[in-house]
Amino acid sequence: MWSERASAFMAWVDERLPVTKFWNDHAAKYYAPKNFNFFYFFGSLALLVLVNQLVTGIFLAMAYKPDATLAFDSVEMIMRDISWGWLLRYMHSTGASAFFIVIYLHMFRALLYGSYKKPRELIWLFGMVIFVLLMAEAFMGYLLPWGQMSYWGAQVIISLFGAIPVIGEDLALWIRGDYVVADATLNRFFALHVVAIPIMLLALVVFHLAALHTTGSNNPDGVEIKKLKGMDDIPLDGIPFHPYYTVKDLFGAGVFIILFVLVVFYLPEGGGFFLEGPNFEPADPLKTPEHIAPVWYFTPFYSILRAVPSKFGGVVAMGASIVVLFLLPWLDRCRVKSIRYRSPVYGILLGLFVLAFFGLGVLGTKPVSPLNTILARIFAVIYFGFFLLMPWYSAKEKTFPEPMRLGEAVVPLAKRRGRHWDLIRQGLAAIQNSAIFQSMILRVVVGFIVFFVLLDFLFYF
Amino acid sequence: MTDDIDNRKRRFLTQSAAVVGAIGAGFAVTPFLASMQPSAKARASGAPVEVDISRLEPGQLIRVMWRGKPVWVLRRTPEALATLAEVRDKLLDPDSEESDQPEYAHNEARSLKPEIFVAVGVCTHLGCSPTYRPDQRPADLGPDWLGGFFCPCHGSLFDIAGRVYKGVPAPKNLEIPPYRYLTESLLFIGGANEEESA
Repeated sequence: MWSERASAFMAWVDERLPVTKFWNDHAAKYYAPKNFNFFYFFGSLALLVLVNQLVTGIFLAMAYKPDATLAFDSVEMIMRDISWGWLLRYMHSTGASAFFIVIYLHMFRALLYGSYKKPRELIWLFGMVIFVLLMAEAFMGYLLPWGQMSYWGAQVIISLFGAIPVIGEDLALWIRGDYVVADATLNRFFALHVVAIPIMLLALVVFHLAALHTTGSNNPDGVEIKKLKGMDDIPLDGIPFHPYYTVKDLFGAGVFIILFVLVVFYLPEGGGFFLEGPNFEPADPLKTPEHIAPVWYFTPFYSILRAVPSKFGGVVAMGASIVVLFLLPWLDRCRVKSIRYRSPVYGILLGLFVLAFFGLGVLGTKPVSPLNTILARIFAVIYFGFFLLMPWYSAKEKTFPEPMRLGEAVVPLAKRRGRHWDLIRQGLAAIQNSAIFQSMILRVVVGFIVFFVLLDFLFYF
Repeated sequence: MTDDIDNRKRRFLTQSAAVVGAIGAGFAVTPFLASMQPSAKARASGAPVEVDISRLEPGQLIRVMWRGKPVWVLRRTPEALATLAEVRDKLLDPDSEESDQPEYAHNEARSLKPEIFVAVGVCTHLGCSPTYRPDQRPADLGPDWLGGFFCPCHGSLFDIAGRVYKGVPAPKNLEIPPYRYLTESLLFIGGANEEESA
């Protein structure tokens, strides 16, 4: 009775709005490769964090005052006087850092499995625009508390535009709306942070997903599932997104939320990396803090800026470090998508790139010193070398034959190629055969010790 | 009847309408963009400031706000002034040819009176306010450091006359604002044009 009425109601709606069709096209009958692994959590997690930022942001905007004389105090009011205001603010500030962690892993996934390659170039480009908008959103949001770091960070970043020849100074003046970072700057950054950029972000997310659902997802094997379809025109290696991946992503969201609330409740300042110490001091236009550094997610690019001993050159290098990412689909000439079937050369270079990216990130949080500058230059050369030499080394790669069908999400240890995996297999076998491992009691004891050491690490701070 | 359609004319009309529309959109967007320029109030607030330097001790630096920017007033010690000639080789623009200063401050000490140094305390790189580091040969700045200003943001170095070192990101020496002495101990910063204050 009830279900008859419900389906009659849905039929009535479907005649007027294609709800069922939309659900089928994008969930129940949208086929995704069956072998998604850990790295495929981060797309849906990015969406989750975006929702967190929008919801907490709306409620923060109800109490925040975008005025140079009131802003700092209104943030303190949110922290102390507004009921649960501290939770909203910490969810928002932790969300900003979480957003970048998730996005960087999401982008790294694309580098691992060649997800930016034909036919998915537009997905990558839309994603890159989202990344740039996200940086603008984070930068403008960081000015709003009007602390020392907010103020001087904005002063530096806006001055970057001043390095552009001819129009630079006027452009920087136009962005600030005053001769220095001032009330006008704060007010307009608030408008852009809460209205303009979120609208653009949402639109770009729609484009990103529409393009994704046109080509379908890539996967850890980098093999197109649409090439091999069954009699029913369904990819043989595809499974419907709902319920398989909705359930899997919900599990991922659960784990993510546990980690997220641990930070929100126990480490909201992220050890000075999520919220920086000098920002608990109101903005003072007369005095730059002794040591200023951007929030951690900007530090790799900031390091590149500092590595170049010229004003214009530094700005160009920093801009180029972002622009080069846009070009990735056309720099990579290797026909094989996944790192599993690319030559070990690519694996080594990607590893070096990740090392350089982390290195630049760490150096960006440290004060300038001759040694740090040299290291930053080395890492910057690796960063650019990875991309700019790509057309050359990726075209010459000796690849392995790709499979016809998809394999496991995580390649089992027994199937992994390479001498280091041989060594690991031998080592594990030796441990398993040893007398100590054979003893059950010892295994339980060791397990407990490892468990408590991990706990200790988590809560030591 | 389709033969009667003149597609060339259609395309011309569509394209010319689009061009006219784009010009109209360009005009319509102007007020929005212009509204982001500094307001009349921001443009007007360039009032000069007076600074009493009678109690400024040798080696002491004070900061005053002028046009929203920090301006330093420093009484240099004879030892500090002696370093000006010594650091010349390490400087990018020791004679301040490419830098901004009033004509009367276009000299070695970059000031009207050598001992009193007045400068806009904004790094010519990316706008941070450098730190006053008069200490010679400190651990963090190395054995060659003879005193001056250190920008904590990107590591630019300036000597005690605000002249930039070679090999650092800042492209120019620190800017010197227009200023003059009203009396022996009263400085007047900004406001007047160069001829007037010279």
